[in-house]
Amino acid sequence: MERTTLDLWVGIFVVGGVAALVMLAMKVGNLGTYNVSDSYQVQAYFSNIGGLKPKASIKSSGVLVGRVTDISLDMERYEAKVTMSLDKRYKFSKDTSAKILTSGLLGEQYIGLEVGGDTETLKNGDELKMTQSAVVLEDLIGKFLYSKAEEPAK
Amino acid sequence: MPAAKAFRGIGHRAINAVWRIGVATRFFLLTLIYSGTSLRRFQLIIKELFSTGVMSLIIIIVAGLFVGMVLGLQGYETLKRYGSESALGVMVALGLVRELGPVVAALLFASRAGSAMTAEIGLMKATEQITAMEMMAVNPIARIVAPRFWAGIISMPLLAAIFSAVGVFGGYFVGVVQIGVDEGSFWSQMQAAVDFREDILNGVIKSFVFGSVVTVIALFEGYDAPPTAEGVSGATTRTVVTSSLAILMLDFILTAIMFRGN
Repeated sequence: MERTTLDLWVGIFVVGGVAALVMLAMKVGNLGTYNVSDSYQVQAYFSNIGGLKPKASIKSSGVLVGRVTDISLDMERYEAKVTMSLDKRYKFSKDTSAKILTSGLLGEQYIGLEVGGDTETLKNGDELKMTQSAVVLEDLIGKFLYSKAEEPAK
Repeated sequence: MPAAKAFRGIGHRAINAVWRIGVATRFFLLTLIYSGTSLRRFQLIIKELFSTGVMSLIIIIVAGLFVGMVLGLQGYETLKRYGSESALGVMVALGLVRELGPVVAALLFASRAGSAMTAEIGLMKATEQITAMEMMAVNPIARIVAPRFWAGIISMPLLAAIFSAVGVFGGYFVGVVQIGVDEGSFWSQMQAAVDFREDILNGVIKSFVFGSVVTVIALFEGYDAPPTAEGVSGATTRTVVTSSLAILMLDFILTAIMFRGN
């Protein structure tokens, strides 16, 4: 085969391969949708985090505003300490509360932020005071059965 | 004594296997050492990129499309039972990017490009072209083996990326266009669940490893083949068998290292 034809085909192949990689990164992966570089960190303590994992999303009014960066057990309070990285574009009041929620019936767990009325906003290193733990299904069923057992027999 | 004979047989095979691994390692190191020439004369690599990469494109694209379509169909049937059809995009994308893309592309690469490489070099040996080169003071490893090695390493990740990308569109075609899963949730759930570094980059690393292993096996089997018709055909078969097994074993090890705990 002539050298120019060979070069052309190899060129098309390499460009096609790189384009496929870029397409995977942008359209399939989350490289184009979320940038963690411009962010600030806040902490929150939960008595139970359920199935929350690092990199879980943090949403406010359903909009993605950040990601969980670290989860550890605080040995003074015996509570789960969740570090979140929030996008700098979004400011939240100091009395914002955090809830652990589940997306859909089988979906992943994420943190939902509900903004309060304070005029001061959260800064890097602040702590969210009001938190609501994950709903653990076994606890819920246990409570339900317990309350049923307490009801007087008809 | 039959027992002693059996043990002698095992010992002989074990020594043979270790010896072959040693020879293959030496061959691999020599290829790396003599790579300089072919990297300087890039036209040699481009010629090989054509026969390993471009010529494998058709099989990779067609296989990727059908694997994606099957994933879309089967994934939909399974997810429907749990009422979470909208997670179809995640299933198709993660399945392709993490596993099927690198592994199936590498298996196809081994049987298309790997066997061709072995047969080509084996035939060069059988027709004494390699001896002729040595007589002319041309190093056959630098002139024949090294360009093919680098072409294999460059083309494998690109082929795997093309396979995955085409497969995602195959899944999209069956899931969204044919069955009617919501298009928005197909893409958005996929983007939320697939991580660039964790999933896509690890898939690329996998295909890079598979590419180098398959190419080294194919080149070594060709270079080591007995210079007869039977020898070349046996070497070609061994290339496909050995590299397919190596891909599947390495895939398990790499998956255990990369994705454990996720």
